[in-house]
Amino acid sequence: MTDESQAVPRPLWQRVLTQAMLVFFSAVFIMPFLWLMTSSVKTDAQIFKTPPEWLPLMPVTVDADGVQLPVYRAPNGERFAVVERDKETSQATVRSVLADGSVGAVATREFYGLEAERRFGLNWRNYPEGLRFIKFGRQLTNTLIICISSAIGCVLSCSLVSYGLARIDWRGRKWLFYAILATMMIPPQVTMVPLFVVWAKLHMVNTYWPLILPSFLAPGFFVFLLRQFFLSIPQDLTDAAKLEGCGELGIYWRIVLPLSKPALATVGLFAFLGAWNDYLGPLIYLSDERMYTLSLGIASFSSQYGSFPGMLMAVSTVMTVPIIMLFFFTQRTFIQGITLTGMKG
Amino acid sequence: MAAAAQVVKRARAKRSSNTLSGLLFCLPALVGLAALTVYPVAASLYYSFCNYSVLKPPMWIGTGNYERLATDELFFRSLWNTVYFAALAVPIGIVVAFLLALLLNVKVRGMTVYRTTFYVPSIVPMVASAVLWIWLFNPQSGAVNAILRHVPGVANPPGWLSDPAWAKPTIVLWSVWGVGNTVVIFLAGLQGVPKDLYEAAEVDGASAWQKVRAITVPYMSPYVLFALVMGLIGSFQFFTPAMVMTNGTGGPADSTMFYALNLFHRAFSDFKMGYACAMAWVLFVLVVLATIAVFKSSARFVYYESGEGGAA
Repeated sequence: MTDESQAVPRPLWQRVLTQAMLVFFSAVFIMPFLWLMTSSVKTDAQIFKTPPEWLPLMPVTVDADGVQLPVYRAPNGERFAVVERDKETSQATVRSVLADGSVGAVATREFYGLEAERRFGLNWRNYPEGLRFIKFGRQLTNTLIICISSAIGCVLSCSLVSYGLARIDWRGRKWLFYAILATMMIPPQVTMVPLFVVWAKLHMVNTYWPLILPSFLAPGFFVFLLRQFFLSIPQDLTDAAKLEGCGELGIYWRIVLPLSKPALATVGLFAFLGAWNDYLGPLIYLSDERMYTLSLGIASFSSQYGSFPGMLMAVSTVMTVPIIMLFFFTQRTFIQGITLTGMKG
Repeated sequence: MAAAAQVVKRARAKRSSNTLSGLLFCLPALVGLAALTVYPVAASLYYSFCNYSVLKPPMWIGTGNYERLATDELFFRSLWNTVYFAALAVPIGIVVAFLLALLLNVKVRGMTVYRTTFYVPSIVPMVASAVLWIWLFNPQSGAVNAILRHVPGVANPPGWLSDPAWAKPTIVLWSVWGVGNTVVIFLAGLQGVPKDLYEAAEVDGASAWQKVRAITVPYMSPYVLFALVMGLIGSFQFFTPAMVMTNGTGGPADSTMFYALNLFHRAFSDFKMGYACAMAWVLFVLVVLATIAVFKSSARFVYYESGEGGAA
């Protein structure tokens, strides 16, 4: 379990077994992503197929005098371009497809027994159509407004409060810190109803204020994280500044904040992500569809138009991919943040 | 004497000026504490003894809401669903996370790639992953059953979210997919286990399993306790995936009507705010009791390096 490989190399079978298990679990963890992304470029007809197919396939079409017609294959291998199909009589107007890809004369034949010809192809149309369907531009803007405001609010308010708790020695700071920790124990369901009532009385339901303003009031989780970090900054640094006549605000702004950039980045990132993923908050406070965030938009799309899974998978991909990219660019900040908050064990 | 008095005086002045600046810096937290916690908690407790639909002022009905809870079948159903979910999802999540962290802690090639693979699902937006789950576990055309049909002995794979008996396990699988966070925390913990202990154990001829049992598990127990408590608190508030996967119905046959989902509907579909607040307080008390129980019993299994037992 340790880094003993330099001393005594692990037996080969152990290394092979470990690798095999890691590969297996990775495959299990990646599979849902593969399904999401491949489904997003499938036609709905294909997604509904039983048994399901992994590769995205597109119907083959042929150009018949400027019109694209779907190609069907008969059991004997003959190929037909179907012009029209009468569902009641099961007769179809077809044109035979010749070996060179051109179409022959118009004929009528039994449709039953013909099978649509498909080959590998990506149905990109799910993306533009899905995004238009949920009014993506607007919902992205709405989401970003909330995310960015929350990130700014959390970084600003939590760093101020954490400075007050970690770097200023005053009576009651311990008490306040415990009180903030205690708020984290309270299930949000307890305060959900009264807060809604207050916002309703202020006529601020259906605005972004209920989703943004709490971030400016120092959420406990981030205060906890930043306070830990601020406590680790050597006292000598700030004492020296104090001797030179620097006030608390100056020390906060010019010494503590610049030294805490990684921790502040973690707070900003987590606050942004929290707002990006939040569903319950927007669900309670936003009822006007023009105000919807992506979470709300996709959930309501899913519940109202469950029969368009291709578009649904496309918009889900669009909501997920930026977060994964963000993770790849800021991995260090992420991992540090998780371990910082998890260490208290 | 006079000098000493002056020092005390100056210290006192210093302290009071400190108090002022301390309070000013902490102003956001003080306002937040009052507006987002103290007032709403008090109001919620008051509403829980009232009939309240927002449109009309709250009307005091004493313990009426709590009495009605005691005979509310859906309330007990949702409580049972939530306990069932927590009892499955939390232990399974911890065991899987521990196993993955152990595997990652072996220095094999590609460790960072594997770590990323396990972590990334935990940052996928919940709504997106819930929507994905609906299709992934679609009984007819979903990927999971497509794979299961190839497994020998599985002729009839489950109906997953459409089967009352399987709906909760399906959501448990969803939560296990997101254990990456815990994996990273456990991995950090594993890297802090003193290496000489393993070497000493090896000299004594301990097997790999004995090393895990006698060294890794005790050292990791505080991390496990942390994951256990966070997992418990989280599962009692479990909401978004259940809401999205079932269109808010909590179906089939109320099998995914979790506590927080039930509470949400009482508050925002029925506008029984008082009733919802009573539910919230029952939830609060249950969470506190469960947390205390975990901490109390943790004394038996949590090992702290300083040598004291886990008196938390």
